[in-house]
Amino acid sequence: MTASLALQQLLNGVQFGMTLFLMAAGLTLIFGIMNLINLAHGSLYMIGAYVAAASFNEWRSVPAALALAIAAAVAVGAAIEIGIFRALYDGDHLDQVLATFGLILFFNEAVRMIWGATALYAQVPAFLSGQISLFGAPYPLYRLVVTGVGLLVAALLYVLIGRTRLGALIRAGASNRMMVGALGVNIALLYTLVFCLGAGLAALAGAMAGPIFTVESGMGDDFLILAFVVIVIGGIGSVRGSFVAALLIGITDTMGRAYLRPLLALIVNRNAADAAGPAIASLLIYAMMAFVLFFRPAGLFPPRTR
Amino acid sequence: MTVLRRAAVPATLLALALVPLAGQEFALDLFTRIMIFGLAALSLDFILGYGGMVSFGHAAYLGIGSYAVGISVALGLTDGFAHLALAAGGSGLAALVIGFVALRTRGTTFIMLTLAFAQMIYFLCESLNQFGGDNGLNIPTHSDFGRWLPLDDPRVLYYVTFAALAVFLLLGRRVVRSRFGLVIRAAKSNERRMAALGFPVFHYQLAAFVIAGTVCGVAGMLLANQTEFLAPAIMHWTRSGEIMMMVILGGRGTLVGPVVGAAIYLLLEQVLSGWTEHWQAVLGPILVAVVLLSRPRTRRALAQRLRRRRIAPAHA
Amino acid sequence: MPEPLLDIRGLCKRFGGLRATDDVSLTLFPGEIHAVIGPNGAGKTTLIAQIAGELAPDSGQVLLDGAEITRLSSAARAARGLVRSFQITSVFPDFSALDNVALAVQAHAGHSFRFWRPAARDPALREPARARLAEMGLAARADVPAGALSHGERRTLELAMALAAAPRALLLDEPLAGMGPEESAQMIRLLAGLKGRFGVLLVEHDMDAVFALADRVSVLEYGRVIAAGTPEEVRRDPLARAAYLGEDEAA
Repeated sequence: MTASLALQQLLNGVQFGMTLFLMAAGLTLIFGIMNLINLAHGSLYMIGAYVAAASFNEWRSVPAALALAIAAAVAVGAAIEIGIFRALYDGDHLDQVLATFGLILFFNEAVRMIWGATALYAQVPAFLSGQISLFGAPYPLYRLVVTGVGLLVAALLYVLIGRTRLGALIRAGASNRMMVGALGVNIALLYTLVFCLGAGLAALAGAMAGPIFTVESGMGDDFLILAFVVIVIGGIGSVRGSFVAALLIGITDTMGRAYLRPLLALIVNRNAADAAGPAIASLLIYAMMAFVLFFRPAGLFPPRTR
Repeated sequence: MTVLRRAAVPATLLALALVPLAGQEFALDLFTRIMIFGLAALSLDFILGYGGMVSFGHAAYLGIGSYAVGISVALGLTDGFAHLALAAGGSGLAALVIGFVALRTRGTTFIMLTLAFAQMIYFLCESLNQFGGDNGLNIPTHSDFGRWLPLDDPRVLYYVTFAALAVFLLLGRRVVRSRFGLVIRAAKSNERRMAALGFPVFHYQLAAFVIAGTVCGVAGMLLANQTEFLAPAIMHWTRSGEIMMMVILGGRGTLVGPVVGAAIYLLLEQVLSGWTEHWQAVLGPILVAVVLLSRPRTRRALAQRLRRRRIAPAHA
Repeated sequence: MPEPLLDIRGLCKRFGGLRATDDVSLTLFPGEIHAVIGPNGAGKTTLIAQIAGELAPDSGQVLLDGAEITRLSSAARAARGLVRSFQITSVFPDFSALDNVALAVQAHAGHSFRFWRPAARDPALREPARARLAEMGLAARADVPAGALSHGERRTLELAMALAAAPRALLLDEPLAGMGPEESAQMIRLLAGLKGRFGVLLVEHDMDAVFALADRVSVLEYGRVIAAGTPEEVRRDPLARAAYLGEDEAA
């Protein structure tokens, strides 16, 4: 448990948090503005991962891989938004949950049909591999890059949402959907744009996450649940909230998995710690969410009420 | 329409009672599974269809019921009544805790909390390495209910499951019409009004939640006996989604509908996986279509489009 | 001087810089109708919400029959006999009118952890419900879904439900809202029939109703009680005239 090891874990936590943030940002906007529970968001993440990995394996170009991944997810996103979600916006959440559940089944199988059932090989691009020396210990460059991209996107989103007209519409929509419609804004177009923005962010997350996690069918499902935890803790509709919550969860999860077992071993015997450590680490995030929701049902940073 | 409704329960029960006469072991197995999930879906319908409580973690109770059996057998306890008590008690207790926290919230927060708790239970069971952990565990013996009910005989298991389903179905219909059921249904319709009338809604909803969880736990016990295998995958959140799917396919707020829905879902799965290994790619869109078509607005829009197509050729 | 049925002492509620309820005190005695009037934005709805238990006041007390209920939930208050009706009709639209009232009866017929007997055929619930409906003149509409009733009928149904809930004190939030002249006259008759049976705190805009029914009137403006007394006293009070009745000078 040296200091540099702790620092590495912390950085890993931040990187995980940033990846989560990319998923959560789109999800919170979609949920906040369109009041849509979209379980298929994880599928868009998966599509981004697959297309990026496959393109990079084929053409070895990072810009091409990213562009194709984002384009694919945005295209799919636009298609399902226009074709399916438009009919579900004023429905109750149960319908949305079930329809998007059907989409998950479809996409999970579709990627298996296209790329096979085994995991797809996704490698770190050569110029991003290697390690960088951080406080005397080596740390993977790629992870730092992922973190950096996440922070950059966070900054860009801040500018977009805080300083542009589109952003103002988004913020208004997040706190009072009906008013925005009454103001004569083309709601349908706004919704599609927001959805595509979310899709693009998810694809970016997936593309970058590919080399770190495994690119396989269903990879988005569990990650999606985590993203939901993030937006619920952060406050639905608040990008700032999901940033804070994503960092919180990323760090807690990573540090928890690294240090809970040794910490427990100090109190209880080795066997019990070995068994309980990982279990509690997995539970930790959900317990945290239950705790936050109990005291603040609207999350930490709810946008001003509708 | 009312004739259809009146006939639904006896027809379903009759059909299920006759299945074993077809003789095939395969059908027996499949329909036992259908009835088990039908029971789980029925229990969810009680709180979701009647009470408006969208619990997204219902599969957790299936899991607890199964694990009650699996862990007991692994520890040498095979008495059926003990299994039943542990399954029902365990899932009831879990429902009490989850409901106590989650029912203070509404809407999405409620859905997410139920999901979160189910995930917690899932991860907890996944970490139980001495009981199979991630990979699962074989259950070598069935629940022992004495000489007259050997659950290792598929026909006996079928009829025991059938009995459980019939009992809970008929009891359930009684309960939804009782004063208790009325409170639950009215709370779904207008909760603010209920409070203004003086009903402590939370208490009633929590009770309903516990009842639903307990019944689902019993289904879990039967499931363990049927599959003879224990795996945490049974309570993955996608399982909860499947159970919800069954409720909507069959018709929520009917109790018997979800049983039919379970049959539709599992039979579809069976048929489609027979045609193609990519059956999920077919099932998915079917589910989406079902949801879309269940909305009157979509049906109307579709009908309008079709009418326009028929009129257009006259002008061509 | 008899004990007040409902005693509101120094209620205060702020929303940011706005004092929605500013040190409001009033009493309600058994058997009387006490009307609360005031221009729009005077804080009547906020006041009702605090008395009914939906909104927690920043300071002040609410006492029912001498017992403090300030911390109790609205369900708990209703169980003790403080029953309200809503300004915007709030019934169970899919249930029949009779079912609606039967629910109100059920609320005060002990606990509802009864799982066996069908409630829809329980005479202990149906009979009192029918009686309440008949009292309100809605007997003929007993089996109509509440959502299909006319606006006036639904407001009357609200009153029937409030009465079925065995109230000691009634909080009526603009029962005449949105009613035409005939329906209003009918409702005023029904309300007049309540005098002497319960204490009624009536929030209303309709001046005819107020002066016809009220034993006492309190005038609210900007969250404060600016005048209180018998209808005649209030009619002559200069502050009240300026704030509220002044608008009706021409009428």
